[in-house]
Amino acid sequence: MSELAEHIVKSFEQELARLRTLITDMGGMVERQVALACAAVLDRDGEAASQAVQADPAVDVLEREAEQFVIRLLALRQPMAEDLRHIVAALKIAAELERIGDYAKNVAKRSIVLGQFSVPFPLSGLSNMSRLVQENLKLVIDATGENDTEKALEVWRSDEQIDDIYNALFRELITYMMEDPRNITPCAHLLFVAKNLERIGDHATNIAEMVYYAVKGEPMPDGRPKGDSSAYAVVRPQEQKAP
Amino acid sequence: MNETQQPPAIAAMQARSAEALREARISIRGVDFFYGANKALKGIDLDLPDRQVTGMIGPSGCGKSTLLRVLNRMYDLYPGQRAEGQVLMDGTNILDPGIDLNQLRSRVGMVFQKPTPFPMTIYENIAFGVKLHEKLSKSAMDERVEWSLTRAALWEEAKDRLNTSAMGLSGGQQQRLCIARTIAVRPDVILLDEPTSALDPISTLKIEELIDELKRDFTIAIVTHNMQQAARCADQVAFFYLGELVEVGSAMQMFTAPRLKRTQEYITGRFG
Repeated sequence: MSELAEHIVKSFEQELARLRTLITDMGGMVERQVALACAAVLDRDGEAASQAVQADPAVDVLEREAEQFVIRLLALRQPMAEDLRHIVAALKIAAELERIGDYAKNVAKRSIVLGQFSVPFPLSGLSNMSRLVQENLKLVIDATGENDTEKALEVWRSDEQIDDIYNALFRELITYMMEDPRNITPCAHLLFVAKNLERIGDHATNIAEMVYYAVKGEPMPDGRPKGDSSAYAVVRPQEQKAP
Repeated sequence: MNETQQPPAIAAMQARSAEALREARISIRGVDFFYGANKALKGIDLDLPDRQVTGMIGPSGCGKSTLLRVLNRMYDLYPGQRAEGQVLMDGTNILDPGIDLNQLRSRVGMVFQKPTPFPMTIYENIAFGVKLHEKLSKSAMDERVEWSLTRAALWEEAKDRLNTSAMGLSGGQQQRLCIARTIAVRPDVILLDEPTSALDPISTLKIEELIDELKRDFTIAIVTHNMQQAARCADQVAFFYLGELVEVGSAMQMFTAPRLKRTQEYITGRFG
């Protein structure tokens, strides 16, 4: 559907614009928070970790503001059709972003513990995963700001790749734990870090679905790719050779 | 998305969707309408589903009230107004010049924007129309009056004052009396032309509740300028503009995701 005309009631138009700004601002904050949390783990950057943790309350404040604003719009404007879809989507996107912020905070906190351990194995899988998750997050926030369903679909499709890396990482970390019990503490934390990043990817996908619905008025065509198979993963120690 | 994927809440809402629309009670086919030389309706094709509510929306002068007036040949009262095309009800074209208008109007009742009670008692307001079509005994008439007032949710308020003037009722009560008067002759179709635009919010809700109640037995068409009212009451919504039917669909679809830009703009208040 091509660009709609402006609302007859200008203040409603302004309120919708303000809601859009609120969500993209929140998206920007969360994007930065996730970047800091990833740097905290991968670069063992304690300063980045504390910044990521400190950023969280501001995200929560924006979420509440978005929520109150949406309730106000629903009560006072009784929006219909495309407006209704965008307003409901904004409410849900704000909640998704807040969750992403929580996961980022958790990743940052774990990086502080991880900093106390030596990690004698490469973190290339995690590094790949964090790059992909951040790319997807940026893409979905752009999709939200620009009402771009193509970008939303791209985010939705590429989540599968994140899930694949997560599943591989899960097995890899279990293997390290079996090799040396001293790896257990850092690996347990890294497992949670990986899981949190995987969840961030899922929430980005949820946002992509919301953007698609808000713009098109229909849900995304198919069920989304669900790729976390780690719930079924089994890694057994190799049998000891007989002396 | 196909039906099986819908969560139950959405599925329930879709009891109001296009799939759930019943067979047509009235089929409007290629209807044009003229006020003298001025063409007010252009090639309208629309089905009114049986015992469901069709909401007609659109800016003033778009032809929605005109279409309502076609459905019971109200326009016949005015010289220079004429309709072409077909309005089929039980296989009969009601635009046919040979149609018995009194009988047609007893089958297709109408309620107007302003309550129009007759200057007589509440009882007589209802009995008046019935007497034109049926010969009932006193007790049968009493029953009919009670039935009509009950169905119009006015019985409790009116039963102790049936023999007082209808002009003493409040606006909302008068409108419900008009609805009682309409259903007293047991029509098939009820046409409501902005029935609540002169009423306060509580009276409005009572009428809306009544519409919900009445659609079990009657096919209803309602013209309204209140978008929320159309959303609340209608199963099917038709959007008119400049004498044309622009888009028609289930209320759910029309108010969450209309297909056409013009509908979208009107519904969201962007009409320039």
